[in-house]
Amino acid sequence: MRRDVLTGSYFTLGDIACAEGALAAGCRFFAGYPITPATEVAEHMARRMPEVGGVYIQMEDEIASIASVIGASYAGLKAMTATSGPGFSLMQENIGLAVMTEAPLVIVNVMRGGPSTGQPTRGGQQDVMQAKWGSHGDYEIIAFAPSSVQEMFDLTIEAFNCSERFRCPAFVLADENVGHLREKLVIPEPHEIKLVERKRPKCDPREYSPFKPDEDLIPPMAHFGEGFRFYATGLTHNERGLPRTVDPEVHAKLVRRLNEKIRRHAREIIRVEKLYLDDADVCVIAYGIVSRSAASAVRLAREKGIKAGLLKLVTVWPFPNEEVLRISEGVKRIIVCEMNEGQILREVERCNKCSRISFLPKLGGEIHTPREILSAIKGGS
Amino acid sequence: MSQLVHPLEKFVRPGMESRIWCSGCSNGIVLNEFLRAVDELGLDTSKMVLVSGIGCAGRASGYVDMDGFHATHGRAIPVAVGIKVAKPELNVVVISGDGDLFSIGGNHFLHAARRNVGIKVICINNFNYGMTGGQAGPTTPMGAFLTTTPYGNIENPLNLVQLAAAVGATYVARWTAFHVGKIKNSIKKALMKKGFAFIEVVGICPEQYGRRQKMPRPMDMMMWFKKSSVISRELDPSKAEFTQERIVVGEFVDVERPEYTELIRGQINSIIEKLEKEGKATDVEI
Repeated sequence: MRRDVLTGSYFTLGDIACAEGALAAGCRFFAGYPITPATEVAEHMARRMPEVGGVYIQMEDEIASIASVIGASYAGLKAMTATSGPGFSLMQENIGLAVMTEAPLVIVNVMRGGPSTGQPTRGGQQDVMQAKWGSHGDYEIIAFAPSSVQEMFDLTIEAFNCSERFRCPAFVLADENVGHLREKLVIPEPHEIKLVERKRPKCDPREYSPFKPDEDLIPPMAHFGEGFRFYATGLTHNERGLPRTVDPEVHAKLVRRLNEKIRRHAREIIRVEKLYLDDADVCVIAYGIVSRSAASAVRLAREKGIKAGLLKLVTVWPFPNEEVLRISEGVKRIIVCEMNEGQILREVERCNKCSRISFLPKLGGEIHTPREILSAIKGGS
Repeated sequence: MSQLVHPLEKFVRPGMESRIWCSGCSNGIVLNEFLRAVDELGLDTSKMVLVSGIGCAGRASGYVDMDGFHATHGRAIPVAVGIKVAKPELNVVVISGDGDLFSIGGNHFLHAARRNVGIKVICINNFNYGMTGGQAGPTTPMGAFLTTTPYGNIENPLNLVQLAAAVGATYVARWTAFHVGKIKNSIKKALMKKGFAFIEVVGICPEQYGRRQKMPRPMDMMMWFKKSSVISRELDPSKAEFTQERIVVGEFVDVERPEYTELIRGQINSIIEKLEKEGKATDVEI
């Protein structure tokens, strides 16, 4: 009997679906710290993790949580933490460490309103740019934005798969509205769930260079305690993992590869969903919970004969540059809807070639209503 | 013709070309003692992980031919906790400095000891931030002159032994760099300990600390330790005085408490056993 994949239909919370997705993905280490609105992920992990033989540990803060997740990942476990804005801010330095040491791990950020303590119980999408740029230095990351309880499950698995495949931190950027949403979840049969495992070295331990990439730019990963006697450091290092902090070539080569291993595979990672875009004059771009209001608005517009379509970002990072560029060439107007003061908006503006861009922000924890988006669609046509 | 090889050469990580430690620094003494302890115990070094943070002492994990992780500043302990909890069969050792472990990383020390995670922490206390050029830190003595205490330090230093004892470390010892042999014996004890073990080694830092306190030569600080240190024969942390005139060294705590990873495994096993007995996939409502 499988205890990690509880095949069946449920009526449950987004945060719980996220935790079950992680267990189904093979996560066996969870470290976290209580924070609204992500606490239910930790609580569910505390109950469920021992049932699958994994470890739940409540750390002393979010810095310790992400640090211990890195340690557990290097010891060979799929590992995760879950938090919200303030905790995500605390994790930023060690997100850089995970990028630099190429530690596969997943960070769930159930976003609430900020800055600072802000609106602990209300939703927001204000950490999208922080997820991309929050730690110092140049790096690329992968982030999924679930819009339903089902996607909390499915995309948490996808986040694990990407982190394992590309040896990098992957984020589940959920908004509080999805985290605390209660709706139907279907957990499939174990054989229906596709899992990706990190590449492992096949060479003799004495010949192992821990940061020497294969053709795909990703180095195979040994685990501590397997006899490889390797070293990982946040310092600039050569392919053998040894610090080389003043050699410009070593630094440039390393940082370029860390970026390029994601960029080169961007098409493989990026996921968008399109609704009525083939003949659209107006394109709404949204992600997370807002994409559901946007889908309703687009359907309402079509009923009224307005040629509206939706581009839903399932991954927000890497950003779908090519998709947005192509859409901007075909539509007259793009409307960006997000629960912040304009974050994905900047990316859309960057990629836009021909369209007029309108922005429909929403702050305060409220979700855009379909009517509001519909009136924006009408407003410019 | 036979070639002379240092007896600890086998522990040096191949390819690690440069050491950043200054002449006269005692970090090498401590690393030496650690490796001798490992050697004498005959431990399997492929089952050991050395974790360190940022700073001079933090470079130790790079120099030794074991699995090693060089964390961000202050975060060696939580990384070590993650490794130990994920793979309890590994012997996970943290070697780092006083600033890393007790200023920026102080909170993690407190909680790892409280939980009694079976990691071993060796702190080389050199009274200052050496790598950044000699700034005052959490163990800087009152009145000491450093680049950030140009008029003398007015902050009370932490007593690391008493702190470790108060937060629940199951083994606590303090030695100075002068106490070669004793350091090694304490490290051997710590390495064989099940629970959280802590050793403070009071170190020599002539370049950044000593020369600003009228002790410019390595031997000056060594003579200070020799003259001021008193060996305690009692397992009593309240006796662990640390002043300029009197540095009480020795073992201060040696007790057993249930170790964290064993407690976790115990819980996991009983939960799984119950589910298997009842033929259930879960006891949790989704």
